[in-house]
Amino acid sequence: MSWMVWTTPTAGFFIGIGLILASMSIWQYVSPSIERKGFLPIKTTRGDRLFIGLLTSAFIHLGIVGFTDLSILVATAISAIWMAILMRWG
Amino acid sequence: MNKIENNKAWFLVLPVFILVAFSAIIPLMTVVNYSVQDVFDTNTRYFVGTEWFKAILNDAALQSALMKQFMFSFTTLSIEIPLGIGIALLMPKRGMAASLCLVLIALPLLIPLNVVGTIWQIFTRSDIGLMGWSLREMGVAYNISRNPVDAWATIILMDVWHWTPLIALLCYSGLRSIPEAYYQAARIDRASRWAIFRYIQLPKLTNVLIIGILLRFMDSFMIYAEPFVLTGGGPGSSTTFLSQALTTMAIGQFDVGPAAAFSIIYFLIILAVSWVFYTTIMNMQKEK
Repeated sequence: MSWMVWTTPTAGFFIGIGLILASMSIWQYVSPSIERKGFLPIKTTRGDRLFIGLLTSAFIHLGIVGFTDLSILVATAISAIWMAILMRWG
Repeated sequence: MNKIENNKAWFLVLPVFILVAFSAIIPLMTVVNYSVQDVFDTNTRYFVGTEWFKAILNDAALQSALMKQFMFSFTTLSIEIPLGIGIALLMPKRGMAASLCLVLIALPLLIPLNVVGTIWQIFTRSDIGLMGWSLREMGVAYNISRNPVDAWATIILMDVWHWTPLIALLCYSGLRSIPEAYYQAARIDRASRWAIFRYIQLPKLTNVLIIGILLRFMDSFMIYAEPFVLTGGGPGSSTTFLSQALTTMAIGQFDVGPAAAFSIIYFLIILAVSWVFYTTIMNMQKEK
């Protein structure tokens, strides 16, 4: 494992992603998601919204880290709020 | 009728998942690990947080490489797609001529990328290359190693020459799958040539065009060998695209930290653009 040069923050990040995917799979198994139309211009399932949310969160992080002096935690907080809105009403 | 969903079938995908994990996911995780550290070797490394990302996103050379990359992909796609469709429409439908055409058109696709670069490099030389020599004899000042406009035009021409056949072949196969009855019906209705194209041929081509556009976008966005051999990124850095900038950084200078951060940004852009393309086109089809 040493060749993968792990750090605590990146390990935490991947554990987080893993947990999200695992819990989404269990949620899907317990109550399958139905495609619906929210404020997004397309019909989406729960998994689609998660993907859109993760991808846009990545760009929110890049934008804040790259072009402002704000802490990365601000980006994470904004992403979390955005993710919640997207999953509920997207 | 309600379709019964059985998600257990997903377990059958497990072997592929393990294979992809080994060849793509684990290396990608390593890249993420590299991107937050200054790595000298596995024992000497320092955590730098988001510093590399900040540096890469504010690097003027990389920003211009990104702009050039988008311009390149947009230009080649907007030439190759219509041209490919046009060639497919003009190709003979059956007999010897059809086979001959297919072979001739597929030829550029069989040539390795760096050889394509070399062919065009020689082709454009004013002393021994046919195109370079002809242009010089006609009095056109053409020099890809001095004039950025010439370099750009040549790279775009090379990409069009190399990859339009792919679009043409995909469209040709799409056109061949349209039953003759559709054309007969159109003739009875006295449909114009344009109406036949717009309402019969183009809708039937959507599927192959989705694949064609996606493949060509991703390929042109990752282009490396051809411009590297043809112009070496020059004159100056006028044809240095993203992948060449990345290679110089990762292998030339062995800056794995910044190169990893760069790779992740590059990956996210390709992922986002491909997803938008795919979703829009899939949705257009659903609405029909």
